[in-house]
Amino acid sequence: MTARERITGSVANYVDERTGAAAWMKKNLNKVFPDHWSFLLGEIALYSFIILLLSGTFLTFWFDPSQREVIYDGDYQPLSGLKMSAAYASTLHISFEVRGGLLMRQIHHWAALLFMVAIVVHLLRVYFTGAFRKPREFNWIIGVGLLTLGIVEGFLGYSLPDDLLSGTGIRIAEAIIQALPVVGSYIAFFAFGGAFPGEAFIPRIFTVHVLLLPGIFLALITVHLMLVWYQKHTQYPGPGRTEKNVVGYPLFPVYMAKAGGFFFIVFGVIAFLSAVASINPIWLYGPYTPGQISAGSQPDWYMGWLDGLVRMAPPLETHAFGHTISWNILIPGLILPGIMFTGLALYPFIEAWISGDKREHHILDRPRNVPNRTALGAMALTFTIVALLNGGNDIIATTFNLTINQMMWFSRIGILVLPPIAFVVTKRLCLSLQRADRDLVLHGRETGTLVRMPRGEFVEIHEPISAQKAWTLTQHEQPVPLELPATDARGLKRPGAIKNKLRNRMSRAHAVAVPKVSAADLKEIEHH
Amino acid sequence: MKYLSRYRRHKAVAPLLLMFALFAIGTTFSVASATTTPSQSAFARSVAIDEGRQLFLKGCSSCHGLNAEGGAIAPSLIGVGAASVDFQVGTGRMPMADMSTQAMRKKPVYDEKEVAALAEYVASLAPGPAIPTDELLNYERDGSTAEGGELFRTNCAMCHNFAAQGGALTQGKYAPTLMGVEPKHIYEALITGPQSMPVFSDKTLTPAEKLSIIKWIKAAEAEPALGGASLGRVGPVTEGLLIWTLGIGLLIGVAVWLAMKAR
Repeated sequence: MTARERITGSVANYVDERTGAAAWMKKNLNKVFPDHWSFLLGEIALYSFIILLLSGTFLTFWFDPSQREVIYDGDYQPLSGLKMSAAYASTLHISFEVRGGLLMRQIHHWAALLFMVAIVVHLLRVYFTGAFRKPREFNWIIGVGLLTLGIVEGFLGYSLPDDLLSGTGIRIAEAIIQALPVVGSYIAFFAFGGAFPGEAFIPRIFTVHVLLLPGIFLALITVHLMLVWYQKHTQYPGPGRTEKNVVGYPLFPVYMAKAGGFFFIVFGVIAFLSAVASINPIWLYGPYTPGQISAGSQPDWYMGWLDGLVRMAPPLETHAFGHTISWNILIPGLILPGIMFTGLALYPFIEAWISGDKREHHILDRPRNVPNRTALGAMALTFTIVALLNGGNDIIATTFNLTINQMMWFSRIGILVLPPIAFVVTKRLCLSLQRADRDLVLHGRETGTLVRMPRGEFVEIHEPISAQKAWTLTQHEQPVPLELPATDARGLKRPGAIKNKLRNRMSRAHAVAVPKVSAADLKEIEHH
Repeated sequence: MKYLSRYRRHKAVAPLLLMFALFAIGTTFSVASATTTPSQSAFARSVAIDEGRQLFLKGCSSCHGLNAEGGAIAPSLIGVGAASVDFQVGTGRMPMADMSTQAMRKKPVYDEKEVAALAEYVASLAPGPAIPTDELLNYERDGSTAEGGELFRTNCAMCHNFAAQGGALTQGKYAPTLMGVEPKHIYEALITGPQSMPVFSDKTLTPAEKLSIIKWIKAAEAEPALGGASLGRVGPVTEGLLIWTLGIGLLIGVAVWLAMKAR
């Protein structure tokens, strides 16, 4: 034993005698995780969050969350002598006078954008591979909660500096609150402590932004990760991988090194972006005054789809019982997002109800093998992308020499027409890919080698694929639709006939698939 | 005096008096106007007007009419003033390249002298806003950057964007970027209100306020990209594009690399 080993051993022993950590550590450090690039997407979100906490703490040292009016006399000359809120002035102070302040602000903002991108990309991976299925439905809901809170948290952060752009955003948020029938104007009054803009809002959202929501985030992220730990990570199908095992590398040392390294790479990419690309140049926007507005006022991208929905809404209003109901804000600003997020959160339960599948799943689906789910996902994604594009309709119009009216009509029609098209096309693509898989298994890989037979016939040589690959391509289940009988054993009509009929139909649609290669098929092929 | 008063009711008196009055006024006017206009510059001006008229007939009259009275596709230019001509022709907007929604800034077709001649000709048709002099345009001396920024955000940013990068209007019209526009042309645009732009008269924005706006635009133009690449100064759209391409692209690339089997 070398001296170093002796010292390490005695330190470890000292700790273990007092905490009993050795057994726990041994068990958990050997925990196995499967290896795939798409399993690292959630990690990007986690690391962005850590960077957000650290850079955000730095910013609070100088940020003054107050709407008290001050006269600017800082370093940035084009604003000197102007009246502005202390919040805005202190953000300028961070940007121009605090050492490294502008870099930190940019790190915080780029990390926020990346956090939301990573959450969405991670969500798409989980959705399209069916990782949300039993037993992971709760974790899916927590994920949807993190996404929703992330949007709110991001918006509050965007609003804090009290520049012209963020003030415009708050004004729109106020309009959306006011669009709530009957109670809207009261809630807006409570939130702002009086009429807009007032002096209360920024101090209030500051507390929510730096204390309440980060606290909830920490709690939810902890539960999210504990559930991953406890339920074990899903894995892609492959030889030797079953519903009862996890094939991969142990946490220590492989994943400790990979995950630790990845944190620094994420940090590096964010720091790189922050060093070379400007983000939210608040000094150009100027201080917020309700009388001012800039062309091309946009929210950050994760709110862009919401802005896009509001921008495309036709002007509809109802006046009833002395109240105005602004459908043009209520529908795109509250009702549609409500439906979207509720649908997203409930999707695992809806799919389980349709398919009648109550078993646990730890092996992921290949997206093509569940055409209906994949097509639904493509449909929702198309809807959101059309809305997001319309959120930047003015910038797109001026960049590509279009008119803003063309953009609006494209979005209004496209948001209704394109998602169903995306559904049909994706479903057919999935089925075609299944057919291609089937061909590959049955006939092997096309080698491109042409052979001329003695009779003059030309044939291409097909090379059989490896057993491992064949297994991967054929391991999935052939989906079976629910067949809920309309009558029971005694020939009596069962209750809920209409519901059952609907469920049967949806289940049949969900189970559409190309017949997978059976043992009989393979035997037949061998005879040839 | 008796002689004169005797004929005071004679029928020839009224026409004679009228003739005398007209003669007196005419003589006074011709003397007065001759003394206020030196004949040298009047001559130069009439040459410029004539030259401008020739250019106008060749290059503009097919749309604006032979006497600048306007037509079905182009407005009358009577009374638009020299400032309007200097702006539209001096920034290359006129003559238009095609009948699109809006004339765009391009390389001017006429040189400075020709623009001046055209302006003289149009100004000779009826009075209108004149081209601001260099003395008036001394924005470095008479403007204030911070005040200009405040005025810009109140009056201009809603169309031209917070950093004067331009923005979209309805039906394919747009507010152009103000980067690289000559101070003279900004001033002329303010007083003549070209295309979709409103007129900012001296009552709305005093000349000093206009100069402050120009000073702020020039400061914004000269401002270095403080936080790194400016991404076009159009707000969060380009930021979102960058994070969805370069940002997540780089990281997914790294993730693929990290998850590769060691060989």
